[in-house]
Amino acid sequence: MVRNRVLLVLVMAGLLAALGLAYLTHAPNRLVSGEPIALLAAARGADLLALIPAIVLLLGPFLPQRPTVHVLIAISAAMLLVALFWVAGAQAALLADARAPAARTSLGAAFWTLFACAALALIDAGQRLALPAVAGSLIGFAVASAIAVLAVVGALDHLSIAKEYANRRDVFADAVMRHMVIVVAALAPTLALGFPLGVIANRRQAFAAGLFPFLNIVQTIPSIALFAMLIAPLSGLASIFPGLAALGISGIGLFPAVLALILYSLLPIVRNVAEGLAAVSPAAVDAARGMGMTRWQIFRRVELPLALPVILSGLRVTTVQAIGLTAVAALIGAGGLGAIMFQGLFANALDLVVLGAVPVIVLAVSADTLLRLLTAYAEGRPG
Amino acid sequence: MTEGDSHAVAMPRPRSLWRDGLLWTTLAFAALVLIMPRSKAVFAALFPWLDRPLYEQNSLPDLVVAHLAIVGASSMAAIAIGVAAGVFVTRPAGAEFRGVTETIATIGQTFPPVAVLALAVPITGFGSDPAIIALIVYGLLPVLQNTIAGLVAVPESVRESARAMGMTSGEILRRVELPLAAPVILAGVRVSVIINVGTATIASTVGAKTLGLPIIVGLNGSNIAYVIQGAVLVALLGVVLDMAFERLVEVLRRRRAD
Repeated sequence: MVRNRVLLVLVMAGLLAALGLAYLTHAPNRLVSGEPIALLAAARGADLLALIPAIVLLLGPFLPQRPTVHVLIAISAAMLLVALFWVAGAQAALLADARAPAARTSLGAAFWTLFACAALALIDAGQRLALPAVAGSLIGFAVASAIAVLAVVGALDHLSIAKEYANRRDVFADAVMRHMVIVVAALAPTLALGFPLGVIANRRQAFAAGLFPFLNIVQTIPSIALFAMLIAPLSGLASIFPGLAALGISGIGLFPAVLALILYSLLPIVRNVAEGLAAVSPAAVDAARGMGMTRWQIFRRVELPLALPVILSGLRVTTVQAIGLTAVAALIGAGGLGAIMFQGLFANALDLVVLGAVPVIVLAVSADTLLRLLTAYAEGRPG
Repeated sequence: MTEGDSHAVAMPRPRSLWRDGLLWTTLAFAALVLIMPRSKAVFAALFPWLDRPLYEQNSLPDLVVAHLAIVGASSMAAIAIGVAAGVFVTRPAGAEFRGVTETIATIGQTFPPVAVLALAVPITGFGSDPAIIALIVYGLLPVLQNTIAGLVAVPESVRESARAMGMTSGEILRRVELPLAAPVILAGVRVSVIINVGTATIASTVGAKTLGLPIIVGLNGSNIAYVIQGAVLVALLGVVLDMAFERLVEVLRRRRAD
C-alpha cells in the first residue's frame, strides 16, 4: 500500500539511476573520458553502513504518514546526502594509485541523480511537517556543513574536483573573493541610485512612465551583448581622456562589468521600492499625519518599515541575478568564478568547469536563502 | 511590461504604422542582418587597425536562424513540459506533488543560467546539445511556476458553475481554467524566452552555433568589430522578441474584451 507517492517516485528514480548510470567515472588522465563505476561496485564494507539511510527511504513510501515517520525520513535523507559524498570519496581513495597521479575519479550521473532525489525527499518531508522557512534553511546549512567537514578532513581528497581545487587553491580563493567584490561593487551604487529613483517613481507618475520602459529594455538585452557593447565606447573614452584610464576606466575588466551589472540590477530595486511604497495603506499614512508626524517622519517611521519586505525581495532578486551575471562578465576579463568556468570550457577541462560553476550556484542559492530569511524577519515585525 | 489603462482596452484602437515600435525594431533588425555583411568598408573605416573588420566565418542570416531554432525548439519543449506538469500538480491526482514541484521551480530559478549551461557540458559534451538541454531545463521553470499560479488563481466559484453547467473536468480545464490562466502562463513564457535568448548567446562558448559566436570569437581574438556586430544584433533580437510578446498580450486582452 503506497502512502507517499512523491517519495515513491523519488525512490524509483534513485534506484534506476543507481542501477543504470555511473556513480563515478575513472580515467587515467583528465583528457580521456572515464570508465563508469556503478554504486554497488563503489560501496563496499564499511561504506555500505553509510548507505543504511537509503534503506529507510526505500521503505518510506509504504510507512504510515505520521510526523514521526516524516522526521525519520528527513533525517535519513539528510544523512544520505552526506553519505553519498562519503562513499564517492572512499571509493576514489581506493582507486587512487600513487604511480598514476594524473588519474581522475569524477562524480557521475548516478551520484548527481541520487543527490537530487535525496534533497527532494528531504524537502518533501519538511513540507509534510510544515516546517518554517528558518528550520529548512538551518537543515540545509547543517547538511552543507557536514559535507564541508568531509572535504576539510580529507575524505574527498581523491575526487577530481578536490584535486582540481588543490591545484589552484590560491586562484580559487581569489576568484571567490573577486566574484563577491564585483557583486558588492555593483549592488552598492545600485542601491544608492535605485532607492531614490524608486521613491521618485512612486511619487511622480510621469517619471515612472519614462523610467520603467528603459529599465525593462535593458533587462531584455542578453547580458553578454550589454557587456560587449560597453567595450567600444569605454575604451574610446579611455583613449581620449588618459586620466580616465588611470582611474581604472577601460573597455575590458572590472569597470564595464560593474557598469553593466548596475544597469541590470536597477530594475528589481527601483520597481520594488516603488511597488512597496505604493502598497502602504493610505490609512496608515493618514493616521501618522493625524498624530502630527512630519512628511519625513512618516516616510522614515511608517512607509519605509511597511515597504521593507517588498524592497528586500527586490534586493534578493537583484543579488541572485548579479551573482549569475558576474560569471558571464568573466568573458570581458572581469575575473571571478566565471573565469575558472570558461577556462575549463575553452580548454575542455570538465572538472575545472564544475569547480567554477558549482560555487556560483552555491553563492546564488546562499544569497537567496539569506535574503529570504531577512525578508521573512522584516515581515514578522513591521516597524 | 506596464499594464495599459483599462478603459482603452475595449476600443479597437487603430495603430499608426509610424508609431509601431515592434514593426520598426523588427525592420531595423532585418535590415542590419542583411546590410552588415555588405558593410565591410564601414567597419574598416571605424576600426582601421583590424586586419579583418567584418565577421565572415558564418553568414549572419544563418546565425540568426540557428539562434532562433535553438531558442524555439527548447522553448516549445519547455512550454509543453512546464504546462503539462503545472496542470498535473493542480489536479486532485497530482496535488501531492505540488509542494516539491513549486520548490524545484523556485530553487531552480536561483541557479544562474550560465552555470546550468556549463554543467550540462560534462553530461552531454560540446555542441548544441548542452545548450538545448540547459535551455529546456531552465526555460520550463518560469512556465511551470506561472502555470501553477495561474491555475490556482482561478476562483473556485467559476469552476463550480462550469461543473453545474454539466462540463467534464477535461472541458473545465480546456475551456475555463486554461483560458483564464493564459495571461499568467504567457507572462511565464515571456520570461522563459527572454532568458533563453541570452543563454543561447552564451551557448556559443560551449560550441553551439548562435549569434553569440561573433562576440565570443571577437572577445577571444581582441576583435572589437566582431564583438559589436554580434552584440548589436543579439540586443535587437532580445528587444524585438520582448516587444512581440507585449503585442501578443495586448491582442489577447483586446480579443477577450470583445
